[in-house]
Amino acid sequence: MTTSRATALIAEDEPLLAQALRAELTSAWPQLEVVATVGDGASAVTQALALKPDVLFFDIRMPGQSGLDAAAELADEWPHDHPFPALVFVTAYDQYAVQAFETQAVDYVLKPVQPARLRKTVAKLQDALAKRAQGANDIEATLGQLRNLLGQVGEPAAASAQGPLKMLQVSVGTSIRMVPVEEVVYFEAADKYVRVLTAGHEYLIRTPLKELLPQLDARQFWQVHRGTVVRADAIDSVTRDEAGKLHLVLRGRTEKLAVSRLYAHLFKAM
Amino acid sequence: MMRIDWIGKVQHLLQVLAFCLVVASIQYAFQPDKPYAPTMVYSLFIGFYTWSVIDIGRHLLPSSRETGWPQGVAGVGIVVAGILVGWFMGNASADTLCRVYGLYSGPPPDPVADRRNSILITILAGVTASYYFYAQNRGAYLERKMAEAHQHANEARLKLLETQLEPHMLFNTLANLRMLIGLDPPRAQGMLDHMIAYLRATLDASRAATHTLQAEFDRLRDYLELMTVRMGPRLAYELQLPPELANHPVPALLLQPLVENSIQHGLEPKVEGGRIAVSARREGEQLVLEVADTGVGPNGDAASAKGFGMRQVRERLATLHGDGATFDFAAAPGGGARTILRLPFRP
Repeated sequence: MTTSRATALIAEDEPLLAQALRAELTSAWPQLEVVATVGDGASAVTQALALKPDVLFFDIRMPGQSGLDAAAELADEWPHDHPFPALVFVTAYDQYAVQAFETQAVDYVLKPVQPARLRKTVAKLQDALAKRAQGANDIEATLGQLRNLLGQVGEPAAASAQGPLKMLQVSVGTSIRMVPVEEVVYFEAADKYVRVLTAGHEYLIRTPLKELLPQLDARQFWQVHRGTVVRADAIDSVTRDEAGKLHLVLRGRTEKLAVSRLYAHLFKAM
Repeated sequence: MMRIDWIGKVQHLLQVLAFCLVVASIQYAFQPDKPYAPTMVYSLFIGFYTWSVIDIGRHLLPSSRETGWPQGVAGVGIVVAGILVGWFMGNASADTLCRVYGLYSGPPPDPVADRRNSILITILAGVTASYYFYAQNRGAYLERKMAEAHQHANEARLKLLETQLEPHMLFNTLANLRMLIGLDPPRAQGMLDHMIAYLRATLDASRAATHTLQAEFDRLRDYLELMTVRMGPRLAYELQLPPELANHPVPALLLQPLVENSIQHGLEPKVEGGRIAVSARREGEQLVLEVADTGVGPNGDAASAKGFGMRQVRERLATLHGDGATFDFAAAPGGGARTILRLPFRP
């Protein structure tokens, strides 16, 4: 059953290490064809979308976009009619407690890659691909773990000691405007800023979304996309388009917000 | 409000009372014609009230938090207040007690002379005891400060070692080495040599305070060579050391954190990588050391300027040269970041 050819993409910024992983894979899994090797997160996403490989090996620390962020973006962009690839993270240092990965959907390999450890990963991957061939596409498990990993990366909630944020200090011209957070409909990351949208206004703040998020009350504000955090009360309804993507209709604002596949689990009928 | 160590307070009180007994005894020795009991009662009461005001009161003054004793006017004021309260209240209480228990005996005292004596003794004893406790507090405070400083120094040394032997750097280098051993053994050996030199320099840095600029640049080359193997074409570097400056002494591995910073926060986040230039030159009576990169620049990563490495370089310069050295980290004119250090030139 493992004789069928599988394809893989390697994202690793250090050329020698990419070559090393490729060489080790050739001996551990001769039938695997590495269709592309890229050196940064953004290329990893575009190449993966173009080539649709079965397996992704992502270095966690890469220039531009980290492996975790690239995987999250890929989960959003990935077409619904295609099974999501099996994910393996490769890293030099286990800041994410490797044990947690041993039995999970997303695998994890430490550099320097040890042949014995890689064979274990290969066996797991082959097993997963075989199951997928039988029709089981367990993207939910992968997404769930990805969510956890992304959550770990974020700054520990330093602000939670003071309770959730109540007021936003927004600079408008030369003055500071106080905006109560309960008036915010949603936050949207925009380059180095965050757009703050209330029913009637739009403001810009300089605090990055990653720093803002831990300060918000998690029951009140939901992250629905990498760059979007919505106040749950302001959501009117959720619609699904023909491609299967979820969109939010808001109270107080006319635009619709796309829901990332990573966060689609938040919207299920009771 | 600071938490009060009540066991310590009781100890102070007992010391004060013992001191009062000594004072009373000395007084008795000078005037054996007077009965001992009232003198002792007066002394104990005055001592008790003085102690209450000074020892408890000093915790109510905010300035006493660190040293355990108020600073400046408040420190003197509290002693004066203690002595005044001690004398008035102590006298009143002791007088009442002596009357109730009938402790007065012998000839009626001379009120004026007695009052003068007791004021004098109260002031002398109050000041002496206060000074004793003040000195004790101050000693304990200085000792505590010294222990803290010692701990800070140890922590800084450990932190420095940790940043330089950062696990990502170490394991990625080893992974590259592992690959090179099979692929290109001579290059692997070369990389290993650089790594050995880098590790040795890092571990020795806490022992040797200074070395020559030549040694400094050699260590930078070791580090940059390691990084070149890892980053491949994404890293280019240039080291410029004029021969006449080669023997000038510098703090060991002073520039290392700056180059690391350029790589970590400047070049690594940039997909196409970039270039690092390190140079030394003499400008009048100043030695100018410059680390420039073409990375994402200081605005790309807020952590870059405030990181441990940068702080450490600043602190080392300040300790060694005070105002004689400057540290300037800013965006480079052509993009990227540039750090310029100026230290006194030593011919």
